[in-house]
Amino acid sequence: MKPTNINDPEYFHKVVDCQHACPAHTPVPEYIRLIAEEKYTEAYMVNWDSNVFPGVLGRTCDRPCEPACRRGRVEEEPVAICRLKRVAADNKGDVKKHMPQGPFKSNGKKVALVGGGPAALTVARDLAPLGYEIHLFDEQKLGGGFMRSQIPSFRLPETVLNEEVNFILDLGIHTHFNHFVSSMKDLMAKEYDAIFVGTGAPRGRDLPDLPGRKEGDANIHIGINWLSSVAFEHTSKIGKKVIVLGGGNTAMDCCRTARRLGGEQVKVVVRSPFSEMKASPWEKEDAAHEDIPIIDNHVPKSFVIENGKLKGMMFDKVKAVYDEKGKRQLVSAGEQEVFIEADDVLVAVGQENSFPWIEKDLGIEFDKWNMPVVHETTFASTHKQVFFGGDAAFGPKNVITAVAQGHQAAISIDLMCKGEDLNVRPSPFVNLVSQKMGIHEWAYDSAVETDKRYAVPQAEKKVTLTNRKKEVELGFDIATGFKEAERCLNCDVQTVFATDKCIECDACVDICPTACITFTENAEENDLRSMLKMPATNHTQDLYVSSELKTNRVMVKDENVCLHCGLCAERCPTSAWDMQKFFYNVTKAHSGCASHK
Amino acid sequence: MTYLRPKFRHPELPKNKLGYSVDKYEGALSTLCAGCGHDSISAGIIQAAFELNIEPHKLAKLSGIGCSSKTPAYFLSNSHGFNSVHGRMPSVATGAAMANRDLTYFGVSGDGDTASIGMGQFVHVVRRNLNMTYIVMNNGCYGLTKGQDSATADRGSKNKSGEVNLFQSIDLASLAIELGATFVAQSFSGDKSQLVPLIKAAMSHPGFAFINVISPCVTFNNNLGSTKSYDFVREHVEATATIDFVPEMKEITANYEKGSSKEVKLHDGSYIQLKKLAEGWDPLDRLSAMNAVQNARAKNEILTGLLYMNPNSVDLHELIETSNKPLNSLKKSDLCPGSEALKAVNAGLR
Repeated sequence: MKPTNINDPEYFHKVVDCQHACPAHTPVPEYIRLIAEEKYTEAYMVNWDSNVFPGVLGRTCDRPCEPACRRGRVEEEPVAICRLKRVAADNKGDVKKHMPQGPFKSNGKKVALVGGGPAALTVARDLAPLGYEIHLFDEQKLGGGFMRSQIPSFRLPETVLNEEVNFILDLGIHTHFNHFVSSMKDLMAKEYDAIFVGTGAPRGRDLPDLPGRKEGDANIHIGINWLSSVAFEHTSKIGKKVIVLGGGNTAMDCCRTARRLGGEQVKVVVRSPFSEMKASPWEKEDAAHEDIPIIDNHVPKSFVIENGKLKGMMFDKVKAVYDEKGKRQLVSAGEQEVFIEADDVLVAVGQENSFPWIEKDLGIEFDKWNMPVVHETTFASTHKQVFFGGDAAFGPKNVITAVAQGHQAAISIDLMCKGEDLNVRPSPFVNLVSQKMGIHEWAYDSAVETDKRYAVPQAEKKVTLTNRKKEVELGFDIATGFKEAERCLNCDVQTVFATDKCIECDACVDICPTACITFTENAEENDLRSMLKMPATNHTQDLYVSSELKTNRVMVKDENVCLHCGLCAERCPTSAWDMQKFFYNVTKAHSGCASHK
Repeated sequence: MTYLRPKFRHPELPKNKLGYSVDKYEGALSTLCAGCGHDSISAGIIQAAFELNIEPHKLAKLSGIGCSSKTPAYFLSNSHGFNSVHGRMPSVATGAAMANRDLTYFGVSGDGDTASIGMGQFVHVVRRNLNMTYIVMNNGCYGLTKGQDSATADRGSKNKSGEVNLFQSIDLASLAIELGATFVAQSFSGDKSQLVPLIKAAMSHPGFAFINVISPCVTFNNNLGSTKSYDFVREHVEATATIDFVPEMKEITANYEKGSSKEVKLHDGSYIQLKKLAEGWDPLDRLSAMNAVQNARAKNEILTGLLYMNPNSVDLHELIETSNKPLNSLKKSDLCPGSEALKAVNAGLR
């Protein structure tokens, strides 16, 4: 193999598994260390810069970082990254003074944001400090978009959401709430320099062709509309027996909300096998904890109506069959249809985009699925001044993805307004600093704790099920938060190898607790992987290969289960190994990056 | 600060026949200087004991005094250990082995501990062919007292302060062969592919197995002009043969030129397989082994690998016909066989 190019920031970035997996590339180990040091305000600001909604995300994030966490490859469970973020948010001090302080000097440009969700708010936050005049339009009376209408208060208290939305609106955003934008043409006529569309995926899928759908309409509700109606307090009751159709996180929010509005026998019924449900495992656990059975492998066949009133639903039992390509098919088990009683049915079987308000003759192209044609890195549409982000761009994903896309769209808008090339993206901010302080001393806490993952305490079910707004999770207290933070392996403190200093004494090989390091003859990657002290079987993890040493061998380090404990560097007599803290931060529009790329 | 080794190990570590992974053979975190050759040898011992499926409680590690003699703290934490007086490890080992022949005895010593203060003990344990492995971690200097030349420092070798050694060195491997050791090898701490099979063969050898391992002192004897530095040893090392230790007889499939490979059978059915033999050298012939070592010395080379072994070794227990059971397992009836037995003995003396 060729020597690894560690000057490419993407190499070490990939070693920081959590950060690499995060759509917004939040510097996770950096803020976890700050939490361990009780520097909650600083930890919050690292998050705020990167993901804009630390308090919201610390409760509701889809946490792509956690399955990626190295700890999960070393022992059973990853670090509770998401809930540590909440520790920072819960215990922060005065953060506002660290945020950009308006009023900002105008740059004479005007930007319209359609939708008040995470993507649009991110664009607002990134552009306002640069002097843009931002106009935000949303049909609801408050900002937050789906964070407000879809995420129930028992998971995300309104106060938390309001605080973080207001941090942005306080930057001098012109808000136009209760204002449904019904025509893009009209909006364009108002001579904005740029328009950002962050309208989400607002249409819940229905089951229009199922027998009885029309007759039972009074008691059949579309999940996201129903959640929204609960959030804005138009709905406060539901029947005692409720069926929730669907296996995603919206279904989990629906069933748990139903439990709080009077649903006593709430059942989730899903087509697929339990293990293949789209809902996050922890959301399924939370539903189970609230006595909600999840009935899998049941395909809805019809609504049962008696005397014009919904009585329940019929289901066909199926089993999953996979063809040789692994493609799943749900095949009827050939049993008698199953009847499940219900007073109300919530349909949470997916949601889709909908752009009835964008006229087709404006130069904004749509594809055959009626989705706008959007550039994957610039988020530009086919119209020079119109940009898309969040669920509106590529379909329903999650808050953190919307934020990441908002950052990129903001950069594009800034570049476009300056007349620069959208495809020349700003480089990330990168830093690499030695952590050595003495023979046994590092500037980071290198000891590896063996604690198992701590569970987040929850409020009593008695209380939470009777009060829709009572938050279920209590969050880590400071002491537990510290212990959980100590589980982080500091993967951003990189093992950096200097070939010219190495005397090939094998000290690093002998000391490495997880047998990551091998000195061997060089070979092609696949051969090299099998030649190591412990074969490198995880191909998603890179090999760090040095240039040739005096003995014509190379140093090969399998990044897979490195604990970043620093023992290789500590036992190295010549400092050929060094532990260096790698800081990688995605450049945002407001960091002024675009002008010095 | 890291004075503790993390507890996590590679999740896919293989297990040996006893169901142990290699970490069960580890010891405490070393306090030797970073980069010390001794730590590599410790790692080699751990690997060898793991691969030989040794039950940790069936092994006793013994040492004297010195950097080398500290190392038993850094391997095989679950084994017996005895850190003896300086240079007196052979007599402690002899006593222990006489009392309990069921354990594997593993002695660790250094150049000072063996070639200076312990020389008197060393030569006698060799000639008695005590069933043990005796490793000298040889760095040519007294590392623990800041690097004075030891008795194995080569004449002309320069120490860290620039002083040239005026005295002849003691060549421990030659001496061991001369004194009748039944297994003699030499190796280098920086070459585990050679060291581990040698340790395994030594531990399987019934009799005194001696390995002299050049182990650079990274703090006091790794300078230019030293003949025991990493660089010098790497440049001057010459192997008798590459060595493989084959635990039990398997069909040997590798094809080597005739005369370029040799298998030596050990008493327990295991094999040592030597490949690419040095010219004119026969590991079973003492004279050729002595010649090979001397020839290498004359050429300023360090000959490593297996130097000599006697497959018909008769160890001390067999020589003096001791009890075939450990003393601690002898019953009263074994120790006091009764007046009839006494009569028979007395009758034999009449």
